[in-house]
Amino acid sequence: MDLPVIGNTAPAAGGGCSSGGCGAAPDALAHLPDHIRAKVQDHPCYSEEAHHYFARMHVAVAPACNIQCNYCNRKYDCANESRPGVVSELLSPGQAIKKVLAVAAAIPQMTVLGIAGPGDPLANPARTFETFRQLSERAPDIKLCVSTNGLNLPRYADEIARHNIDHVTITINCIDPDVGAKIYPWIFWQNRRIRGVEAARILVEQQQKGLEMLTARGVLVKVNSVLIPGVNDRHLKEVSKRVKAKGAFLHNVMPLIAEAGHGTYYGLMRQPEPTTAQLRELQDDCAGDMAMMRHCRQCRADAVGLLGEDRGPEFTLDKIDRLALGDIDYETALIRRKEVRDAIHGELRQKREQQQTLRREAGGAPHAPAAADHGIPAGTRSVLMAVAGKNGLVAEHFGHAREFQIYEASPGGVRFIGHRKTDLYCGGSATCGGDDGRPEAALDKTVAALAGCEVVLCSKIGYEPWNKLETHGIWPNGEHALEPVEDAVLAVYRELHANGKLALPATERQAA
Amino acid sequence: MALQITQACVNCWACAGVCPNGAIAREIPHFLVDDQKCTECLGDYAEAQCAAICPIECAIVDEAGDPLNPPGSLTGIPASPV
Ligand code: SF4
Ligand code: SF4
Ligand code: SF4
Repeated sequence: MDLPVIGNTAPAAGGGCSSGGCGAAPDALAHLPDHIRAKVQDHPCYSEEAHHYFARMHVAVAPACNIQCNYCNRKYDCANESRPGVVSELLSPGQAIKKVLAVAAAIPQMTVLGIAGPGDPLANPARTFETFRQLSERAPDIKLCVSTNGLNLPRYADEIARHNIDHVTITINCIDPDVGAKIYPWIFWQNRRIRGVEAARILVEQQQKGLEMLTARGVLVKVNSVLIPGVNDRHLKEVSKRVKAKGAFLHNVMPLIAEAGHGTYYGLMRQPEPTTAQLRELQDDCAGDMAMMRHCRQCRADAVGLLGEDRGPEFTLDKIDRLALGDIDYETALIRRKEVRDAIHGELRQKREQQQTLRREAGGAPHAPAAADHGIPAGTRSVLMAVAGKNGLVAEHFGHAREFQIYEASPGGVRFIGHRKTDLYCGGSATCGGDDGRPEAALDKTVAALAGCEVVLCSKIGYEPWNKLETHGIWPNGEHALEPVEDAVLAVYRELHANGKLALPATERQAA
Repeated sequence: MALQITQACVNCWACAGVCPNGAIAREIPHFLVDDQKCTECLGDYAEAQCAAICPIECAIVDEAGDPLNPPGSLTGIPASPV
């Protein structure tokens, strides 16, 4: 379907509307310099469009970490980088290389390989760089990426620049050490464990220096921040400005996940998570400063294959171990991979040109998605919808969804806003006391979690929750099962428009 | 004279990478210190390196069985959270 889907970014200028919902959103990537734009526009992680065509994968080769974050419990994988797709199985560099080559040979669309954990890749330099070195040699057509807390970045910036590393993600939660002291209890630095403000000061310094060194060497840098209400919420605007000034090309603000059941400091100390409104406000605030990437958490770090499919079972560890490196004919794969890539790039280019022509005809700027693209007049109000999705499709039963993805549909297109969690069953956490375990209580919680949404898209839904949702003004919809999420959201938005539902303000419609 | 790793260990590999004597090995169910090789880092570093990077309280103990990182010392989580 040739429909506009707003990319990962919020509009650069908000003319009185708080989000991308005013139909005048500029092209998601328009603000970027040409060489970065070229790198990003067909990138599965940054281009909403491209991530339907290309695939990426992660290998877990980096177990150790050199700092402690208050939102992380090292018993599990890195909370801020790989949730919800928790990478489970630790690979040696040798296993990782075999796995990546086998996948790349079988799935030519796999173009990006990331190392993000389970610890900090730069706290495991030997494993990380052995993997990168061999892959840049054997599979020069795979883009490599790495995520880090930044502590060891200055030390390895040159080494990173030497490999085929396409982009680096640094998690930067603060630039003020006093704020940092509330996020990081300690770091391991120059053979000592350092605590408190002193630790945060060193970490901040190294992150900023690392960021400068990478951009000076022409490496793309994305910055992630975890929004922690009452700790760094006000501070993040400043962070956004600073990292942009230093050349980061994207700033991605993610909500803190702090559940007691995870056993993290924040979880156990009942540190509040940001509300959807808080997250949105911050993302919108920072959008003026810098492009924000909102669909980021949709990526499934543990999945192998294209959106909507998981071919992981073909590449399990025991299958990889039985495979010899010589069994993989990468020479032949290289040729096939190039053909597939060229065909996809051609198709994407054609699509882009078509859209630009359409927009020009509609009288808009070449990059601005015009409202006319899908027939809903500019100025029509936007609608929030919750989706029980899986792998980019509307694929979950309402009652089985542990998390809903929230999308905003507006005349400008469809935009991913964030996630909301539900408490399905008792999680064994501190909240588990008597009555909370009852299914009705769980349903009440889900309904509360969906506040502000007018539609819930899921593959199926039971009779009782259906009624309950309707009494709360939320319209359950199971008619788009197994369709790509953005297409389904847009289809429902059009339907609401066609039925005149968008003429009424949300509250009136819900009361009606 | 040697440190020891307890069953609190989560097998994160951090200690093995920083031991100056290569005294820490991956074992099942958890990492172990070779007491023939471990010097408690004396002469190399002011702090026992494994204990300085280990993220898990009570995972590393001395010969008397006392944890180098007692409860609450790394995470700040009090014994009975509020
Ligand atoms: S950097 Fe990642 S792995 Fe290390 S403590 Fe923080 S969240 Fe956990
Ligand atoms: S105390 Fe030092 S020598 Fe002994 S195991 Fe730990 S790091 Fe190695
Ligand atoms: S650093 Fe601690 S938790 Fe990690 S492997 Fe060593 S003893 Fe185990």
